[in-house]
This record gives sequence, structure tokens and C-alpha cells, in this order.
Amino acid sequence: MDRILTATWGLPGGHTLAVYRSHGGYGALAKALAMTPEAIVDQVKAANLRGRGGAGFPCGVKWGFLPKDLAKPRYLVVNADEGEPGTFKDRAILEKDPHRLLEGILITAYALKVETAYVYLRGEFGQPGQSLTEAIGEATQAGYLGTNILGSGYSLEIVLHYGAGAYICGEETALLESIEGKPGKPRPKPPFPAVVGLFGCPTIINNVETLACIPTIIERGGEWFHKLGRERDGGTKIYGVSGHVKRPGLYEAPLGLSLRTLVYDLGGGIRDDRPLKAVIPGGVSCVPLKPDEIDVTMDFASMTAAGTMLGTAGAIVMDVTTCMVRMATRIARFYHHESCGQCTPCREGSGWILRILEEIEAGRGSPEDLDLLVDICNHIQGNTICAFGDALAMPIRGYVTKFESEFLRHLEKGGCPFPAW
Amino acid sequence: MCRDPLDPLPPFAFRDETEKELQQLLSRAPTPAAAILPALHLVQKEHGYISTAAMDYLAGRLAIPPSKVLADATFYEMYRCYPVGHYLIQVCTGPSCALLGADRILDHLADRLGIKPGQTTPDRLFTLGRTECLAACGSAPVITCNGQLYEEMSVEKVDQLLADWSAAAARQPGESEWTGS
Repeated sequence: MDRILTATWGLPGGHTLAVYRSHGGYGALAKALAMTPEAIVDQVKAANLRGRGGAGFPCGVKWGFLPKDLAKPRYLVVNADEGEPGTFKDRAILEKDPHRLLEGILITAYALKVETAYVYLRGEFGQPGQSLTEAIGEATQAGYLGTNILGSGYSLEIVLHYGAGAYICGEETALLESIEGKPGKPRPKPPFPAVVGLFGCPTIINNVETLACIPTIIERGGEWFHKLGRERDGGTKIYGVSGHVKRPGLYEAPLGLSLRTLVYDLGGGIRDDRPLKAVIPGGVSCVPLKPDEIDVTMDFASMTAAGTMLGTAGAIVMDVTTCMVRMATRIARFYHHESCGQCTPCREGSGWILRILEEIEAGRGSPEDLDLLVDICNHIQGNTICAFGDALAMPIRGYVTKFESEFLRHLEKGGCPFPAW
Repeated sequence: MCRDPLDPLPPFAFRDETEKELQQLLSRAPTPAAAILPALHLVQKEHGYISTAAMDYLAGRLAIPPSKVLADATFYEMYRCYPVGHYLIQVCTGPSCALLGADRILDHLADRLGIKPGQTTPDRLFTLGRTECLAACGSAPVITCNGQLYEEMSVEKVDQLLADWSAAAARQPGESEWTGS
């Protein structure tokens, strides 16, 4: 298989300009600058590149939402606020291959007629930020970034902006609020950021991995990229696997990798060869899958059909010793802690769910509490400004309904029947 | 903000090099508010935490209401409105780290340091805390110390780190509080 996003990972000096260039780096930029912006957008549309931040929105379609006129400046914002538990691919791209991201930013900014791009890094990304800063220095020195790039007359400034520890800022309008200096509370939509975004100007927000795909799309063509993956899902993807597996890590494969292959082949199988209990396929906002449900292909449409989501494709694997009530409690604690607080169903519901789950984990409560949990989830989902409420409600309902007997066992036993972690 | 009229806030100022960074920031920010988050990072880098005096000072420098600075300083988890020890240790207790023993590491550190998560040792050398997912799940369990990531941790490995940090602090007596590292 062609390794695209991970081609230079692990090479000595793989993060440097010299190594990136020796693998054809910045060739796509030169090619793009000789194309019209519209032709670049067409290639990305043909690639069927879907957003790698978790939502899977078609990238070229998103770009097409920008107004045609240039009455206001427009911005490209790179979402490097990787925080979905179980997800660790963007950190790796920033640390191991920052020039691929930079080239993707440059081509995208040129195609979208942007003169200032922001990179929103999560505040904890000291090392990834350092790596990107060094790459920006190298690229500027070499004439790939700054004014009159490669003699084309096109200029771009890239601004790094650090968050300060708020999961919600990965939501694109909360992220914009944060760059503007406000608490990260998502905006009601419409208007969408492509029309009214950063500082009131048209703005496109793309994930790190999405933009890292752009150089290859321009170099090899959108059709070629599309054919690597699935019909409505072009290209390759960096899959992650962590938790109770023998070989946790990141693995690049075409869209449509089997979840079983990720867990048992790439991930090396379960630690101590124990039986599997559940897999969270793509970050904690996904409904967990049981062992008889993991023969699914990991692309956006197939995972949705399986009753869960591809999300960020960062799988968390749990063996039979894992308590599902405790995992649900841990996830609820996360969401309660990270709720921005502006919508009542999410603010109050997350705490209510957490308190009930803590009681059940301690063996207190009644079977009716399970119905109550599902009821609260149903009242959160769809009733909040942003998708955070859904990201909390869907998995919690999944744990309660798929592992109901395990919840009931806590109540019968008056405590947790599983070993400590 | 939060001023006691009988007890004025202590004066606040940056060291020269940080002052230069702030001036650069102010000259580049498209709006004054857009400078709040980076400016708060500067305060914390230099002083280890964000005092009321610092918030008041920034509000003046940015010409924005102090309430906006306070809102950000309290909304964002990484900003600390209280002093911390010389070493700020944070244990990731997200799901992947939890599955591989993060809770045991946190309990062990609390035992060794004789404090609970959220507290600072009496000698002000260590502050212990927990953090949500740090996007390093492939090398779980992980901790951070003063922003540096330590991967594939175990009880034995954190014991070694504690010994290293204590030894480093003993070589530089008097640095028992955050010095901007």
C-alpha cells in the first residue's frame, strides 16, 4: 500500500525540510501555484476527501461554501486542538511530519484566496508546537512561506494560537471564539463559519490530518486519491489503537480498514490473549461495539450503518476484565467536566448522568435508574447548540443498552464485580 | 476586580524580555481581546500562576474590562489562579491511560508526596493533579511535568522521576517555587 501521511515517519530527521524535500516535498506547492484556485478545489472535490476531525464532512464541499466575492478578508483555521480521548494522530503529524501539514496549509490557503491562516494548537501541545514552529522557520527561509511564495506573487502569513485546556474548543465555532479571546462557547449556526467566521469574516476550519492529505491530492490527482479508499470516502487514514492491545499505536491504511484487522492484526491482539469485551471505534463520543460487532469496515458510512461512528478512528480496546459501568462513568466525568455550560440539557444532564453512574458503580440505585439514564440521554441529544451534547448522550446510552446486564449485576452485588484498573 | 479598597493590589510588571513579547503580541493582535489568551500564557510562563493583580494589569494594558480577562482565566483549565510547586505533575486519567493503570500511578504519587490531587507539598516542591486526555494514548499511561510529556509510565518509572526531580531541586536550593520552566 502507498503510505502517504506516514511516508517519512521514523526516518532519521523525518521532520526536517531536507528529508521532506528528498521525498518530493513542496513539489505539490509549486504545481498548485501554477494552477487556478478553482482547479485545486475541483481536485479536492474529486478526491472525496472527508474531514478527518471526526465529523467526516466532505472537504471540497465545505470549501465551496465560501462566498464568491472578496469583499472581506477570509481566513483558514487549522484545528490542531486534538482532544477526543483515544485520538493521538494530529500530535504525531505535528511532531513527525510538520512540513506535510504546512504544504497542505499553503496549497489550501492559495486555493481559498486566504492571506492569513491560524493554527489553533491545544495548550498542552508544547512539543508539537515547537516542531511546527521550527518547520515554519525552515519553510520561510526556503521561500515556501511568507511574501511572494516561489515567485508566484502569492503571500501567506501563518499565526500559531495556543488554546489553554478546553476540549470544547475542538468544536469549530468554539475554536473561533477562543481565537477571538473569549471563553470557548459554541455559536448557534447558521450562520456557518464559511460565511461569518473568524472576526466576522468568511472562514474555513480544517483538521490537521485533512490538510496533510492535500499535497498528495494535488501531486497525484483527486481521482487517484479517491480510488485508494471507498466510493464516498477517498484516500488513506491514520488509524489509532490503544488500551488493552499488544501493539498500541498509529497505522495508516485505506479508508475501509476492518476494525477486526486494526485490533487483532495491526494492534497485535488483546493483552495476555484475553477475550475482548468492547471496542470504542473512534474516540469516546462513539457508541462502543461488542466482540460480535467488530467485523465492520472503518469508513464513515459503514460505521454509521453499524450504529456508531468512525469519529477520529482512534480505537480504544477493552478486554473482559473491564468494567463497562466504570468506563461509562469515566466518560461521563469527562463530558461533565468539559461542558461549556451554555445549554441546560448538556450542563445539567451531564452532571445528572455522572451522579447516577457513580451510584451504580458503587452498587447503589435501582434498575429504574437505567431507564432514567436513557431518558436523560434522549433529552440531551438534538437539544443543544453544538454536537457536544450528542457526543455525550450517544455513547452513554450505548453503554447502558448494550451492557445492561453488567449494570444490573452492580446493583445485585451491591458493588463493582470487576478488578481495579 | 476583587479589590479590597483597604488593601491595594501589589504592583505587577513583566521582566524585560516578556514585556517585549507582550508588545509584539499587542501590535499584531487584530483586536485587543485576541491578545488575552496569549498574554495569560505569558503571565503564567513568567510567574507560574495568574494573580488578581496580573489580571488587573493585563486588562489595563489591553484596554479591556477586567471581567473579560477573569472569564478566560477561569474558563480555561490550564490557567491557574493560585501558585503551584516548582514541579507541576499531572497524571492523565483519560480512558486509555485509565485502562493501563493511571489511577494506580496517581494514587502512588499522592502516597509518596503525602498530598491529595490538587494539593502542593509543604516545601512547595511538588503540585499533583490529574488531567484529561493528552492525545498520547498509544503510549499510555502518560504524565506531564511542567508541560513535558512522559510516556509509558509505571509506578517504578514515576518513582525514578520523583528521585530525579528531588535531586535536581536539591542542587538548586531556594527554587522551591515555579520559576518559569
